[in-house]
Amino acid sequence: MTEHIRTDEQQRSSSQGLHDPVFITALRRQMLRFATLQLSNAELAEDAVQEALIGAMKNADSFAGNAAFKTWVFAILKNKIGDILRQRQALQEASRLLHSDEEEEDFDELFDARGHWQPDERPQAWGNPEGAMHTQQFWRVFEACLDNLPSQQARLFMMREFVEMDSPEICAVAGISVSNLNVSLHRARLRLRECLENKWFVSGDQVC
Amino acid sequence: MLNCHNATRLMSEKLERKLSLREAINLRFHLMMCSGCSNFDAQMGSLRQLSRVYAKGKGAAGAPPPDDGEEPGA
Repeated sequence: MTEHIRTDEQQRSSSQGLHDPVFITALRRQMLRFATLQLSNAELAEDAVQEALIGAMKNADSFAGNAAFKTWVFAILKNKIGDILRQRQALQEASRLLHSDEEEEDFDELFDARGHWQPDERPQAWGNPEGAMHTQQFWRVFEACLDNLPSQQARLFMMREFVEMDSPEICAVAGISVSNLNVSLHRARLRLRECLENKWFVSGDQVC
Repeated sequence: MLNCHNATRLMSEKLERKLSLREAINLRFHLMMCSGCSNFDAQMGSLRQLSRVYAKGKGAAGAPPPDDGEEPGA
Protein backbone atom coordinates (compact mmCIF):
# COMPACT_ATOMS: atom_id res chain seq x y z
CA MET A 1 0.00 0.00 0.00
CA THR A 2 1.47 3.31 -1.01
CA GLU A 3 0.95 5.79 1.75
CA HIS A 4 2.34 9.05 0.39
CA ILE A 5 0.87 9.80 -2.94
CA ARG A 6 2.09 12.51 -5.24
CA THR A 7 -0.10 14.14 -7.84
CA ASP A 8 0.96 11.95 -10.73
CA GLU A 9 0.93 8.95 -8.46
CA GLN A 10 -2.60 9.85 -7.56
CA GLN A 11 -3.48 10.02 -11.21
CA ARG A 12 -2.16 6.53 -11.73
CA SER A 13 -3.79 5.06 -8.71
CA SER A 14 -7.15 6.58 -9.54
CA SER A 15 -7.20 4.90 -12.92
CA GLN A 16 -6.92 1.64 -11.03
CA GLY A 17 -10.69 1.91 -10.91
CA LEU A 18 -10.65 0.60 -14.46
CA HIS A 19 -9.35 -2.65 -13.12
CA ASP A 20 -12.01 -2.61 -10.49
CA PRO A 21 -14.65 -5.11 -11.62
CA VAL A 22 -17.38 -3.39 -9.63
CA PHE A 23 -16.78 -0.05 -11.30
CA ILE A 24 -16.49 -1.54 -14.78
CA THR A 25 -19.56 -3.71 -14.38
CA ALA A 26 -21.68 -0.80 -13.23
CA LEU A 27 -20.31 1.42 -15.98
CA ARG A 28 -20.94 -1.19 -18.62
CA ARG A 29 -24.51 -1.72 -17.53
CA GLN A 30 -25.14 1.98 -17.59
CA MET A 31 -23.62 2.34 -21.06
CA LEU A 32 -25.67 -0.56 -22.39
CA ARG A 33 -28.83 0.99 -21.07
CA PHE A 34 -27.93 4.29 -22.68
CA ALA A 35 -27.05 2.73 -26.05
CA THR A 36 -30.04 0.37 -26.11
CA LEU A 37 -32.45 3.21 -25.46
CA GLN A 38 -31.17 5.01 -28.52
CA LEU A 39 -30.48 2.18 -30.92
CA SER A 40 -33.37 -0.07 -29.87
CA ASN A 41 -31.21 -3.00 -30.89
CA ALA A 42 -29.44 -4.98 -28.20
CA GLU A 43 -26.75 -6.36 -30.47
CA LEU A 44 -25.76 -3.02 -31.96
CA ALA A 45 -25.80 -1.51 -28.49
CA GLU A 46 -23.52 -4.25 -27.20
CA ASP A 47 -21.05 -3.65 -30.03
CA ALA A 48 -21.05 0.11 -29.56
CA VAL A 49 -20.41 -0.23 -25.83
CA GLN A 50 -17.62 -2.72 -26.39
CA GLU A 51 -15.90 -0.51 -28.94
CA ALA A 52 -16.26 2.57 -26.78
CA LEU A 53 -14.78 0.79 -23.79
CA ILE A 54 -11.85 -0.58 -25.75
CA GLY A 55 -11.22 2.83 -27.30
CA ALA A 56 -11.30 4.51 -23.92
CA MET A 57 -9.09 1.91 -22.26
CA LYS A 58 -6.28 2.78 -24.66
CA ASN A 59 -6.03 6.16 -23.03
CA ALA A 60 -7.06 5.07 -19.59
CA ASP A 61 -3.87 6.25 -17.96
CA SER A 62 -4.46 9.85 -18.87
CA PHE A 63 -7.60 10.06 -16.75
CA ALA A 64 -7.59 11.31 -13.23
CA GLY A 65 -10.33 9.41 -11.57
CA ASN A 66 -13.31 7.29 -12.47
CA ALA A 67 -15.55 10.28 -13.09
CA ALA A 68 -13.24 11.71 -15.75
CA PHE A 69 -12.94 8.32 -17.37
CA LYS A 70 -16.68 7.90 -17.38
CA THR A 71 -17.25 11.26 -19.03
CA TRP A 72 -14.72 10.32 -21.69
CA VAL A 73 -16.13 6.87 -22.35
CA PHE A 74 -19.63 8.29 -22.69
CA ALA A 75 -18.36 10.88 -25.15
CA ILE A 76 -16.93 8.05 -27.26
CA LEU A 77 -20.13 6.06 -26.93
CA LYS A 78 -22.17 9.05 -28.07
CA ASN A 79 -20.01 9.32 -31.18
CA LYS A 80 -20.43 5.63 -31.91
CA ILE A 81 -24.18 5.92 -31.55
CA GLY A 82 -24.15 8.93 -33.87
CA ASP A 83 -22.18 6.92 -36.44
CA ILE A 84 -24.56 4.00 -36.24
CA LEU A 85 -27.59 6.25 -36.58
CA ARG A 86 -26.02 7.86 -39.63
CA GLN A 87 -25.23 4.50 -41.19
CA ARG A 88 -28.83 3.49 -40.80
CA GLN A 89 -29.72 6.20 -43.24
CA ALA A 90 -27.47 4.60 -45.84
CA LEU A 91 -29.08 1.26 -45.15
CA GLN A 92 -32.45 2.93 -45.51
CA GLU A 93 -33.55 1.62 -42.22
CA ALA A 94 -34.80 5.10 -41.79
CA SER A 95 -37.89 4.22 -43.76
CA ARG A 96 -38.82 1.98 -40.88
CA LEU A 97 -38.90 5.06 -38.69
CA LEU A 98 -41.22 6.77 -41.12
CA HIS A 99 -43.77 4.03 -40.94
CA SER A 100 -44.16 4.12 -37.23
CA ASP A 101 -47.34 6.07 -37.28
CA GLU A 102 -47.76 6.19 -33.59
CA GLU A 103 -47.32 9.94 -33.70
CA GLU A 104 -50.98 10.60 -34.27
CA GLU A 105 -52.32 11.61 -30.93
CA ASP A 106 -54.37 14.40 -29.65
CA PHE A 107 -53.62 16.61 -26.77
CA ASP A 108 -57.14 16.97 -25.49
CA GLU A 109 -56.10 15.67 -22.14
CA LEU A 110 -53.50 18.43 -21.81
CA PHE A 111 -55.28 21.40 -23.36
CA ASP A 112 -58.89 22.49 -23.58
CA ALA A 113 -60.65 23.40 -26.81
CA ARG A 114 -59.16 26.90 -26.78
CA GLY A 115 -55.66 25.55 -26.28
CA HIS A 116 -55.32 26.48 -22.63
CA TRP A 117 -53.99 24.08 -20.02
CA GLN A 118 -56.54 21.80 -18.45
CA PRO A 119 -56.61 22.82 -14.78
CA ASP A 120 -54.98 19.63 -13.52
CA GLU A 121 -52.35 19.64 -16.27
CA ARG A 122 -51.00 23.13 -15.76
CA PRO A 123 -47.24 22.87 -15.16
CA GLN A 124 -46.20 23.41 -11.56
CA ALA A 125 -42.93 24.87 -10.36
CA TRP A 126 -40.24 22.20 -10.05
CA GLY A 127 -38.34 22.42 -6.83
CA ASN A 128 -34.62 22.02 -7.25
CA PRO A 129 -34.04 20.10 -10.51
CA GLU A 130 -30.26 20.26 -9.86
CA GLY A 131 -30.74 18.43 -6.60
CA ALA A 132 -32.57 15.62 -8.38
CA MET A 133 -29.47 14.82 -10.41
CA HIS A 134 -27.73 13.50 -7.37
CA THR A 135 -30.17 10.76 -6.59
CA GLN A 136 -30.20 7.46 -8.45
CA GLN A 137 -33.91 7.23 -7.82
CA PHE A 138 -34.47 10.26 -10.00
CA TRP A 139 -32.52 8.80 -12.94
CA ARG A 140 -34.60 5.65 -12.77
CA VAL A 141 -37.71 7.80 -13.10
CA PHE A 142 -36.04 9.70 -15.95
CA GLU A 143 -35.36 6.47 -17.84
CA ALA A 144 -38.85 5.18 -17.17
CA CYS A 145 -40.29 8.39 -18.61
CA LEU A 146 -38.12 8.05 -21.72
CA ASP A 147 -39.35 4.48 -22.06
CA ASN A 148 -42.91 5.73 -21.99
CA LEU A 149 -42.46 7.92 -25.05
CA PRO A 150 -43.60 6.57 -28.40
CA SER A 151 -40.42 5.12 -29.89
CA GLN A 152 -40.04 7.53 -32.79
CA GLN A 153 -40.40 10.50 -30.45
CA ALA A 154 -37.92 8.99 -28.05
CA ARG A 155 -35.36 8.39 -30.77
CA LEU A 156 -35.60 11.91 -32.16
CA PHE A 157 -35.43 13.39 -28.68
CA MET A 158 -32.34 11.35 -27.85
CA MET A 159 -30.62 12.25 -31.13
CA ARG A 160 -31.21 15.87 -30.31
CA GLU A 161 -30.51 15.98 -26.59
CA PHE A 162 -28.15 13.08 -25.90
CA VAL A 163 -26.14 12.80 -29.09
CA GLU A 164 -26.55 16.56 -29.67
CA MET A 165 -27.08 16.27 -33.40
CA ASP A 166 -28.48 19.43 -34.98
CA SER A 167 -31.84 19.63 -36.74
CA PRO A 168 -30.67 19.27 -40.38
CA GLU A 169 -28.63 16.22 -39.49
CA ILE A 170 -31.47 14.53 -37.64
CA CYS A 171 -33.82 15.25 -40.52
CA ALA A 172 -31.38 13.67 -42.96
CA VAL A 173 -30.87 10.61 -40.79
CA ALA A 174 -34.53 10.08 -40.00
CA GLY A 175 -35.79 11.15 -43.42
CA ILE A 176 -38.25 13.70 -42.07
CA SER A 177 -38.85 17.41 -42.57
CA VAL A 178 -37.83 20.07 -40.09
CA SER A 179 -41.45 20.75 -39.26
CA ASN A 180 -42.05 17.06 -38.55
CA LEU A 181 -39.04 17.06 -36.32
CA ASN A 182 -40.24 20.12 -34.45
CA VAL A 183 -43.66 18.57 -33.95
CA SER A 184 -42.13 15.37 -32.59
CA LEU A 185 -39.72 17.17 -30.28
CA HIS A 186 -42.54 19.35 -29.00
CA ARG A 187 -44.62 16.28 -28.22
CA ALA A 188 -41.74 14.44 -26.65
CA ARG A 189 -41.01 17.41 -24.40
CA LEU A 190 -44.66 17.82 -23.44
CA ARG A 191 -44.83 14.18 -22.44
CA LEU A 192 -41.49 14.03 -20.72
CA ARG A 193 -42.06 17.06 -18.61
CA GLU A 194 -45.49 15.81 -17.65
CA CYS A 195 -44.10 12.44 -16.69
CA LEU A 196 -41.21 13.90 -14.68
CA GLU A 197 -43.53 16.29 -12.92
CA ASN A 198 -46.05 13.61 -11.99
CA LYS A 199 -43.56 10.94 -11.09
CA TRP A 200 -40.96 13.07 -9.37
CA PHE A 201 -41.20 16.79 -9.00
CA VAL A 202 -44.77 17.18 -7.88
CA SER A 203 -45.69 13.69 -6.89
CA GLY A 204 -48.54 13.20 -4.53
CA ASP A 205 -51.43 15.58 -4.21
CA GLN A 206 -51.47 18.55 -6.50
CA VAL A 207 -52.41 22.00 -5.43
CA CYS A 208 -55.18 23.72 -7.36
CA MET B 1 -53.38 35.95 -29.03
CA LEU B 2 -51.16 33.01 -28.31
CA ASN B 3 -52.79 30.16 -26.42
CA CYS B 4 -50.91 27.79 -24.11
CA HIS B 5 -50.64 25.00 -26.67
CA ASN B 6 -48.99 27.29 -29.21
CA ALA B 7 -46.85 28.89 -26.52
CA THR B 8 -45.44 25.46 -25.61
CA ARG B 9 -44.72 24.86 -29.28
CA LEU B 10 -42.70 28.07 -29.45
CA MET B 11 -40.89 27.23 -26.22
CA SER B 12 -39.89 23.90 -27.71
CA GLU B 13 -38.81 25.44 -31.03
CA LYS B 14 -36.85 28.06 -29.15
CA LEU B 15 -34.44 25.21 -28.37
CA GLU B 16 -34.09 24.48 -32.08
CA ARG B 17 -33.98 27.87 -33.77
CA LYS B 18 -34.01 31.56 -33.09
CA LEU B 19 -37.61 32.74 -32.83
CA SER B 20 -38.70 35.63 -35.03
CA LEU B 21 -39.14 38.95 -33.29
CA ARG B 22 -42.90 38.65 -33.53
CA GLU B 23 -42.87 35.13 -32.07
CA ALA B 24 -40.57 36.19 -29.28
CA ILE B 25 -42.74 39.16 -28.35
CA ASN B 26 -45.94 37.14 -28.44
CA LEU B 27 -44.35 34.50 -26.28
CA ARG B 28 -42.99 36.95 -23.77
CA PHE B 29 -46.37 38.60 -23.51
CA HIS B 30 -48.05 35.25 -22.92
CA LEU B 31 -45.49 34.24 -20.30
CA MET B 32 -46.10 37.40 -18.32
CA MET B 33 -49.68 36.35 -17.81
CA CYS B 34 -49.45 32.60 -17.58
CA SER B 35 -47.74 30.91 -14.65
CA GLY B 36 -48.25 27.42 -16.09
CA CYS B 37 -46.35 28.34 -19.25
CA SER B 38 -43.67 30.16 -17.24
CA ASN B 39 -43.11 26.95 -15.35
CA PHE B 40 -43.04 25.07 -18.65
CA ASP B 41 -40.40 27.47 -19.96
CA ALA B 42 -38.15 26.87 -16.98
CA GLN B 43 -38.70 23.13 -17.31
CA MET B 44 -37.52 23.13 -20.93
CA GLY B 45 -34.19 24.44 -19.69
CA SER B 46 -34.09 21.81 -16.95
CA LEU B 47 -34.96 19.06 -19.42
CA ARG B 48 -32.06 19.99 -21.66
CA GLN B 49 -29.69 20.25 -18.72
CA LEU B 50 -30.81 16.91 -17.29
CA SER B 51 -30.41 15.26 -20.69
CA ARG B 52 -26.88 16.57 -21.07
CA VAL B 53 -25.94 15.33 -17.63
CA TYR B 54 -27.49 11.96 -18.36
CA ALA B 55 -25.63 11.69 -21.67
CA LYS B 56 -22.34 12.22 -19.88
CA GLY B 57 -23.06 9.09 -17.95
CA LYS B 58 -23.31 11.05 -14.75
CA GLY B 59 -26.78 10.11 -13.92
CA ALA B 60 -28.02 6.69 -14.79
CA ALA B 61 -29.26 4.29 -12.21
CA GLY B 62 -26.61 1.97 -10.92
CA ALA B 63 -23.93 4.61 -11.24
CA PRO B 64 -21.15 4.49 -8.74
CA PRO B 65 -21.12 7.51 -6.47
CA PRO B 66 -19.51 10.53 -8.14
CA ASP B 67 -15.85 10.77 -7.20
CA ASP B 68 -14.92 14.33 -8.10
CA GLY B 69 -12.31 13.35 -10.61
CA GLU B 70 -11.23 16.87 -11.40
CA GLU B 71 -7.80 17.14 -12.95
CA PRO B 72 -5.34 17.87 -10.17
CA GLY B 73 -3.82 20.50 -12.42
CA ALA B 74 -1.25 18.21 -13.97
